[in-house]
Amino acid sequence: MTEAGIVRFLYREARLLDEKRWDEWYSLFGDDGHYWVPLTREQPDAEFHTSLAYEDTLLLRLRIERLRRRPPSQHPESWSQHVLQAPEIEGHDGNCWLTRTAFFYAESRGDAMQMLTGVALHHLVEQEGSLRIRLKRINLLNCDAALPSIQLFL
Amino acid sequence: MNRYREDPAAVRALVRDDAVHRDVYTDPEIFRLEMERLWPRTWIYVGHTSQVRDPGDFITCDIGTVPVLMIRQPDGSVRVLRNRCAHKGTKLVSDWSGNAGRFIRCPYHNWSYRTDGSIAAIPLRQGYDGTGFASCEATGGLRPVATEVYRGFVFARLGENGPSFRDYFGESLSSIDYMADRSPEGEMEVAGGVLRYMHDSNWKMFVENLNDTMHPMAAHESSAGTAKELWADKPADAPKPMAIEQLVPFAGSYDFFDKMGVRVFANGHSFSGVHFSIHSSYAAVPDYEAAMKRAYGEARAKDILGTVRHNTVYYPSLTIKGAIQTIRVVRPIAVDKTLIESWSFRLKGAPDIFFKRNVTYTRLINSPMSVVGHDDQQCYRLVQEGLPADGNEWISLHRDYRSEERDAHDLTVNGTSEISMRNQFRAWAQFMGAA
Repeated sequence: MTEAGIVRFLYREARLLDEKRWDEWYSLFGDDGHYWVPLTREQPDAEFHTSLAYEDTLLLRLRIERLRRRPPSQHPESWSQHVLQAPEIEGHDGNCWLTRTAFFYAESRGDAMQMLTGVALHHLVEQEGSLRIRLKRINLLNCDAALPSIQLFL
Repeated sequence: MNRYREDPAAVRALVRDDAVHRDVYTDPEIFRLEMERLWPRTWIYVGHTSQVRDPGDFITCDIGTVPVLMIRQPDGSVRVLRNRCAHKGTKLVSDWSGNAGRFIRCPYHNWSYRTDGSIAAIPLRQGYDGTGFASCEATGGLRPVATEVYRGFVFARLGENGPSFRDYFGESLSSIDYMADRSPEGEMEVAGGVLRYMHDSNWKMFVENLNDTMHPMAAHESSAGTAKELWADKPADAPKPMAIEQLVPFAGSYDFFDKMGVRVFANGHSFSGVHFSIHSSYAAVPDYEAAMKRAYGEARAKDILGTVRHNTVYYPSLTIKGAIQTIRVVRPIAVDKTLIESWSFRLKGAPDIFFKRNVTYTRLINSPMSVVGHDDQQCYRLVQEGLPADGNEWISLHRDYRSEERDAHDLTVNGTSEISMRNQFRAWAQFMGAA
């Protein structure tokens, strides 16, 4: 896997979310993949400390299917825009790549729009020549703030 | 507008036996009066003693719109003080938690206070000689608030006058006992962080919703219903992931929620899940159950573990879920803005699985990213937006109303009755009387 390939993967991942191509996005996760938004800075684990989100593929599937049903909170529906800083490759551990991507994220719904920013840390595993997400950890700058509903994927 | 301030009858007229006027949710003057009357006259949850272990340890929060700090004293007691410098009004402590040492010092002019709130030192004190300072309000220091501790839960009443703690909560305190007694040692501690979810709706909508058993099958169909479908093709005896175990019961039938039962107490308190609840079917933990029997004896252990109340509302500021040891705290900010804090407790002497359950539940249900919370919050917001419609200024609370409930101080009825909301508004009217 080349560095350029990893960077392309990360840009594509964000774009799939903003275009609501959720099935394609979901397929980027390995079977053991997790999507994690910690509640505190430097939070060591998600099982014995509350998180804003900590989802395995079952819960990600649930979130996607629920959004498709247009629940009450999706009238009007939400839209997102990720703006990524150039990803940095932090390291390589066995067959796992560690990357760091600073981002701005906007989520709009009707007349309201909220802005979030932070750093996304990816653990990407090579499987038969392609990459799969083992962990996407999103460190929000204001993870400890009183937050309104955040309905789509960071 | 001072339409209500000088007119107690107009405030009283907002609450009927079986309906409530929209102004209670939308009128900024009513909100201000709630902060001046209802909140100071009642016992408001501040925090838990496990958050302030050592002398000088403090946490800060607001009681209604009044900033306070809760601080551990050198003698081991806990006090709640107004977080306002007696001099210029500066908010003294702005960290959410920390240790103040022996003195709390104002960052603006260095006035300092003992942990009991009394003034310790003022720079160039002789400058006050010959002035009226000695008899002015400032000499009261940080003006301690009436405080009561029950099983580690710290409540405060801002007002000089009001019901005693025991009279105010009465038998409803059993829900706190059932929660703490799930520890074989009878003790809990706050752990795992606090979720802070900002709601753009009136605080009462949240409090009412906790025992509104007619909404889950509607508002949560998309989340609980999806969870149910995702697990539908699995064999009945397949071990359920915790998330499925916790989300699916939200899709319970009307009959399920009706048979659950609801019990109301004087002063607005209530709980649903008298007979069973959405927390009844979690997997058993045999070693823990044995430890509970050793600690409490067979009968009491069975009683504690069989009591799985859904939500208990300690009106107006606290709601607890004893069966999974989480609480939600109501912090009103404006007529249409409310902060909901979700705190988790660890049961001392119990296996890790209970804390893991608790952390999973509160993340799934109470986080700003919760697929359940999003729809609750949206529904409250829609009420806020719909109420200004003309032609009907009243919210119906008629479901299963019976006139005899008006004088009851402890009553259990069917779970889908709107009695808990009527009961809250009876307390509301009582505490919102003239200044």
